[in-house]
Amino acid sequence: MIFTEEMLQSMKKVEAARATNISYEPPRMTAEEKEALLAEYHPDYKDAGFATIKTGPNKGERAPVELVEVLEGRSRVLDLNVDLDKIDYDVDVLVIGGGGSGASAAIEAHEAGANVMIVTKLRIGDANTMMAEGGIQAADKPNDSPALHYIDVMGGGHYVNRPELVRKLVMDGPSAIKWLNDLGVEFDKDENGNMITTHGGGTSRKRMHAAADYSGAEIMRTLRDEVLNRQIPVIDFTAAIELILDDEGKAAGAVLQNMETGEVLVARAKCVIIATGGAGRMHYQGFPTSNHHGATADGLVIGYRAGAKLLYQDTLQYHPTGVAFPQQIFGALVTEKVRSMGAKLVNSEGEVYVHPLETRDVNAAAVIRECSTNGKGVSTPTGGKAVWLDTPMIDMIHGKGTLEKRLPAMLRMYLKFGIDMRETPILIYPTLHYQNGGLEIGANGMTNVENLYVVGEAVGGIHGRNRLMGNSLLDIIVFGRNAGKQTGARFKDITVGKLSLAHVEKYADELKAAGIESNTPSPKLFPDYTRKF
Amino acid sequence: MEKMVNVFLYGKKYEVPAGLTIMEAMEYAGYNLVRGVGCRNGFCGACATVYRIKGDRELKACLACSTTVENDMYIATLPFFPLVKEAYDIEKVRPDQQIMMQLYPEIYACVGCNACTKSCSQGLNVMQYIAYAQRGDFENCAEESFDCVMCGICSSRCPAGISHPQVAMLARRLNGKYLSPESVHLTERIKEIEDGLCSEAIEALMEKPISEIKELYNNRDIEK
Repeated sequence: MIFTEEMLQSMKKVEAARATNISYEPPRMTAEEKEALLAEYHPDYKDAGFATIKTGPNKGERAPVELVEVLEGRSRVLDLNVDLDKIDYDVDVLVIGGGGSGASAAIEAHEAGANVMIVTKLRIGDANTMMAEGGIQAADKPNDSPALHYIDVMGGGHYVNRPELVRKLVMDGPSAIKWLNDLGVEFDKDENGNMITTHGGGTSRKRMHAAADYSGAEIMRTLRDEVLNRQIPVIDFTAAIELILDDEGKAAGAVLQNMETGEVLVARAKCVIIATGGAGRMHYQGFPTSNHHGATADGLVIGYRAGAKLLYQDTLQYHPTGVAFPQQIFGALVTEKVRSMGAKLVNSEGEVYVHPLETRDVNAAAVIRECSTNGKGVSTPTGGKAVWLDTPMIDMIHGKGTLEKRLPAMLRMYLKFGIDMRETPILIYPTLHYQNGGLEIGANGMTNVENLYVVGEAVGGIHGRNRLMGNSLLDIIVFGRNAGKQTGARFKDITVGKLSLAHVEKYADELKAAGIESNTPSPKLFPDYTRKF
Repeated sequence: MEKMVNVFLYGKKYEVPAGLTIMEAMEYAGYNLVRGVGCRNGFCGACATVYRIKGDRELKACLACSTTVENDMYIATLPFFPLVKEAYDIEKVRPDQQIMMQLYPEIYACVGCNACTKSCSQGLNVMQYIAYAQRGDFENCAEESFDCVMCGICSSRCPAGISHPQVAMLARRLNGKYLSPESVHLTERIKEIEDGLCSEAIEALMEKPISEIKELYNNRDIEK
């Protein structure tokens, strides 16, 4: 890989300072310092990135401009002739989304005897779960406890997390790990069976369980295998473009559309579980993203139109260490585990300017400050700035071969472009990583719309305004299983009334009354990266 | 002026900027992808691709999201390959050689051509992990196959019709569930939680005003 002359010059400073930087423990910021930094530099605080929601349950609140545009867009069903009397699929539990939370929900609902079906607009496993690298938290070590985990989650989330959801997250954490292990997930363990755990940003105990840096992939492929073993139907390349309610306003299914042929299908269900994931491909505020191709907030949009409330829809997570160079993998994730294992963040002058294990929002803001006001960023060919993540430190601290063993995916990703991160530091800049907010649920997993459940990244409230590393893989399992069990216990008592899409027309009328007439197709479904001629 | 290269997508020539990945080159050419696209970052295996550089005899395989285009590259994506995936009950199977013979007997028809290893988009020693599976050595099969993204290119090249990724998937689950040692601290913590020993502390926290939670958070002891 050809580094620029400026990069090479700066790299020399990083190398010269490395021995000193390894032993230097930078101070942690005070609460006041963090607040001031976030207010000045974090994208969530940039008013220009937000607009006001003008209709629906969250009217008057703010949301990212790009999300508001889709919320105000034109429902795809309005231009289709959907015949709700022609039922293509009739199931007990309909799971929309084929990631880790959807698969977990489907497995538990199936276990409880429900007739369950998954629909997904790509394939099962094409999801952010697959790309989670660093690990999964759970308080299972003797020096740890769910209470300590609880405090970390609340502090990381700026104390606005829903306490009942946090309780569930931390109390059900250890059993989630056991469930995965019993399904055959290969966690990193020592020869005595002790889980090998590390810190994440903002954790007070080393409770990050991992499967090398393929943690999410290992979990996802195992869950997928289990779904297939159980022969749960997976309708792939098929998006849910609108929810169906019954005449009592309860969730009763979804309108589906084949992504390749355009065929429209109707699914009726006693319970619907939204497991549609995040929104990185909305590219809020123009950021690149670490997310998979289908992360376009579809579930938030169709849930909202059906009357479900959003919570903290105005807070996003920008992962501090996205790839800034080379351009082919711009925005891809460099796992936080790289910092957990000792690599420090270093500016263009070779200075360690921040504690590497501050929470993600703080570290992202600190990178942006370093690259803007402080003028200590390195220029990249795409016109941006970046700071260094000094990866050679890892083998220097833990011994040669450690990086290869514990971070094989990262090493491979860079080697494909001729960069050996064992030898040279890497250039990083924040990337749009996670949707902190989403649809509001109670501890039973259900929204304010009866029989409508939400799991995974589409949920708001678990992580407050900032999620800690490793709590997303945990929440998809805990809340995915929860929704599967809840629907599995309830479906027999549910009778579905007459199917209706009246809520979609009502929502369109409200938009019109508010003076909004948009032809933007909604939900978005996919980003469009094609060159325009 | 941006440097351009010629690529041949399914045989048709397009001029695209040098430095794009194959996936980006397809989008630059105007393809709006639904198939052959997933995580866009080397983890999901959706974008298996084969290519040949003009004049080169060797057929190469890669992931379109993680490979830079080259001049005179003839590209065909492999968005789906019909692998054999046998259903089994993870609670009933046992980690012995018998299970491989029962579910994936074709692994014993391996002719040792090594085409699987040569084509692996992750650079894994695929033939070796199949050899481990044949012997019922699931621990080594799991270890050797761990970085597999199940793109299926290996199986497309196999004269014996082996579905390598599914064989490895079975081996890893058997290893994770039955062969790796139990985590006693995990089992014990779950019991503590089930016995209600952790509930009081959580409930006490839930009742505290935010100011006290802040105090606890800002002064908490962080493990070295």
